[in-house]
Amino acid sequence: MTQLDIVDVGHSYTPGSEEERWALKPLGLTFEAGKTYALVGPSGCGKTTLLNILSGLVRPSQGQVLFDGADVTALPTKARNIAQVFQFPVIYQSMTVYENLAFPLQCRRWDKARIDAKVHQVAEALDLDDRLRQPARRLTADDKQLISLGRGLVRDDVAAVLMDEPLTVIDPQLKHSLRRKIREITEQFRPTVIYVTHDQYEAMSIAQEVLVMKDGRAMQQGTPEQLFEAPSSTYVGYFIGSPAMNFLTVDRTHGNVTLGGRALAMAWDIPQSTSESQVGIRPEYVEVVTEPGPNTFPARLRDVRDHGPQRVFEMEVAGQLIRAKVPRENGIPALEEFLVHLPRAKALPYADGRLVLHS
Amino acid sequence: MNLSATDLCLTVDGVDHLKQVTATFVPGRLHTVIGRTMAGKTTLLRVLAGLQAVDSGALTREGADFLKTPVWRRDTAMVYQQFINYPHLNVFDNVAFPLRRAGLSRNEIRRRVISSLARVGLADFERRKPSQLSGGQQQRVALARALARGTGILLLDEPLANLDYKLREQLRDEFRTLFSDQGDTVVIYTTTEPAEAMMLGDVVLVMHEGQILQIGSPQEVFERPATTTVASIINDPPMNIFTGRIESGQVTVAGFQATHVSAHLADLPDGVYQFGLRATDVSLASAGVEGEVTFVEISGSETFVHAAVGETPFVIQIEGIHDVALGDLVKLRLRPERLFAFDEEGSLVRTPSYDLAPVEGR
Repeated sequence: MTQLDIVDVGHSYTPGSEEERWALKPLGLTFEAGKTYALVGPSGCGKTTLLNILSGLVRPSQGQVLFDGADVTALPTKARNIAQVFQFPVIYQSMTVYENLAFPLQCRRWDKARIDAKVHQVAEALDLDDRLRQPARRLTADDKQLISLGRGLVRDDVAAVLMDEPLTVIDPQLKHSLRRKIREITEQFRPTVIYVTHDQYEAMSIAQEVLVMKDGRAMQQGTPEQLFEAPSSTYVGYFIGSPAMNFLTVDRTHGNVTLGGRALAMAWDIPQSTSESQVGIRPEYVEVVTEPGPNTFPARLRDVRDHGPQRVFEMEVAGQLIRAKVPRENGIPALEEFLVHLPRAKALPYADGRLVLHS
Repeated sequence: MNLSATDLCLTVDGVDHLKQVTATFVPGRLHTVIGRTMAGKTTLLRVLAGLQAVDSGALTREGADFLKTPVWRRDTAMVYQQFINYPHLNVFDNVAFPLRRAGLSRNEIRRRVISSLARVGLADFERRKPSQLSGGQQQRVALARALARGTGILLLDEPLANLDYKLREQLRDEFRTLFSDQGDTVVIYTTTEPAEAMMLGDVVLVMHEGQILQIGSPQEVFERPATTTVASIINDPPMNIFTGRIESGQVTVAGFQATHVSAHLADLPDGVYQFGLRATDVSLASAGVEGEVTFVEISGSETFVHAAVGETPFVIQIEGIHDVALGDLVKLRLRPERLFAFDEEGSLVRTPSYDLAPVEGR
C-alpha cells in the first residue's frame, strides 16, 4: 500500500481553455496508505477525471502525481502497479476462478506454493473458495466484480486499488451485499482504495474518507460523520443526508442574529461583513416543542411524510421551509401551529453559502 | 371501474411467480406493491397489462373479463424501471408518439403533451433529445408519455430504482403531489423500498414469493404486520426477528437478561414466541448485552449497525452518521415495551401498546 499525493493537479480536455472551464480545477490532495476514499458527486463533477489521472490514463494539464513521494506523472498505467475495477467486470472468460486470481501472480513469476496460498486466502475472503474450479464466465455479475477486485488484492505490492462505479451493473438487491463485501475486504487487506461513485449511500458506507466534488472542484473532504455534522457549504449540506440539511436565511440587526424577528443563537458567530447569512440545521436536530424558550420559533405544519419509523414534518418558520425528522412514537401535533426548537450547538452559521469557520 | 384479480396463479419451471393473487384495485387510489426482488411484482403488472398469461384465476374490470381483453384494448400505460425513450426523438415527440398513433388531433396532442410535461416538471425541455437529459429527467419523460395517454390504468414498475438517492428523494416527493389527484385512474406502483411504499401509497400490498401477504393502509401494514415476513419487508432495515419465551411474567431472549413482561404482552400465555423489534428500538448503550459489529451501513442520514449477539444477528438504527468499526464490541439494549409478538409460525399475536392508539389522520 502506498500513499498517493496529487500536487496542484488540474486538467482540461481542451488545451488553452480558461481555468474556470477545466474538468478539474487545480487542487492538492493526499490519499493516505491503507485507507479507503470515495470520490462522490454528480456526473461532470470531475471525479472520473481525477481517478484517470491517478491511474495514468489521463496525463494532467498541470501538476504532479506522487506515489510514496516518487513522481509518476509521466508514467503509463502499467508502470504504476495499480489494480483497477471498472463498471463492467473484466475477467478472463476462458479461465477458471482460480486461474483468474492466479494470473497476475504468474505474470510476476511467483512460485506455485506461494500463489496457491495467496489465491486461497483471497478467495476465502471473497466467499469464492467453493467455486475456484468453475469457469469464471458462469458466475453472476456481482461475483465477477469480486474477481476483478480479488485480482488486485492477490498482489501484496499493489500501490492502490482504483474502482470506478463498480456497482453500476449489479442488480439493486445485490448491491447491498456487494457493498458489504467490499467494505469487509478492504478492512481486512487494507489496500489504498480510491472509489468513484455518484451514490452517496455507497460512498458513505464503503469509505473512511469521502471527497465531495462538484464542477471540477473538491467541495469537502472528511469522514462521513464530518460531512454530516459540519458540511462546509450549503451544497454539501444538501448533497449529504436525507432529507437534506435545512438552510434558513437569517437577519442581522445591531449585531444580533434574528429569525422572523426572534433572537437566534447559533453554535458560533457570523462575521459582520457577510452579505447573506443563513443558519444550517439538520432535520434530525430540529425539535417540535410546546414550551417557549431560547431558540424556539413559531411553526406551521404544511405536510407530513411517513417514512415508517420516522415522519418528516414539512413546516414553515418565518416564511421559510424547514423539515424535521421526528420519531413515529412522538405522533403528529394536534395543532396546526406550534414551536420548533433549534438546539444552539447544532445551528451552524453559513455566510454566502459557506460554513463560517469556528474562530 | 374497479380492477379485480381473483386467485391468479402462474408457475414457471416449478416456481410460483403468482400464487392465488387476489386484490381489488380502485380508481383514484394509488396502490403500492412492496416486495423484494422476485416477489412477483413485475409479473403481476405484466399480467394486468396483458403482456403475460396466467395458468388460472380471473381478472375483471367492471365485471368484464379483462384476461380476454387484448393488450391494445386494455387502456393501460406502463413505466419501467429502466427508462425507455426513443433516442432519435426530442422530448415533445417522445411524449406525443403514442398520441399520434392513437390518431388524436394536432391540437389535442399539443395540449396533452404540454400539460403532462408541465406536470413532471419538464416544461422547458420539449426540444431536447433524451441523451441531453439526466437519468431523472429521462424517467420523467417516460412518465409524461404514460400520463399524456390518460389511460384508465397506470402501472409503474420500480420507476425510481435506477436513480441515485438525491433524485429518488426528489422524485418521490414529486410523485406524491403528482399522483394525489388521479381522477378515475387506477395507479399501481411497485417498489422494494418501505419508505416509498409508505409515503406514496393509499393502499399497500405486501408481496412475497408470488403471494400477497397483506393489504392495508400504510399505517395498518406498518403498525400491524400480519406476519414476521411482512414485518421484515415493510421495515428498512428489516425488523429484527428472534425467538424467545414468555414465562411467569418474564421475557427471555437467548443472550439477553430476562426482563419483566411489559404491559402489552402481559396477558399472553406462557410459551415460545417470535419477537420482532424495529431497528430504531434497539440502541447502543453503555451497559447491556455484548454484540460484535459485523457491518455498518450509512443510509441517507442514518447509520445501521449490524451486530451479532451469539448467533443472533441484530441491526440497530442510529440517527446521524457515526463512525463504528467492524469488529467493535458494542452493548445492545432492547426496548421491551416495543416488542411485537408473533406465534411460532410467524403470525402476529400482539403489537406494542402505543401502536394500538387510534391512527391519526394527516
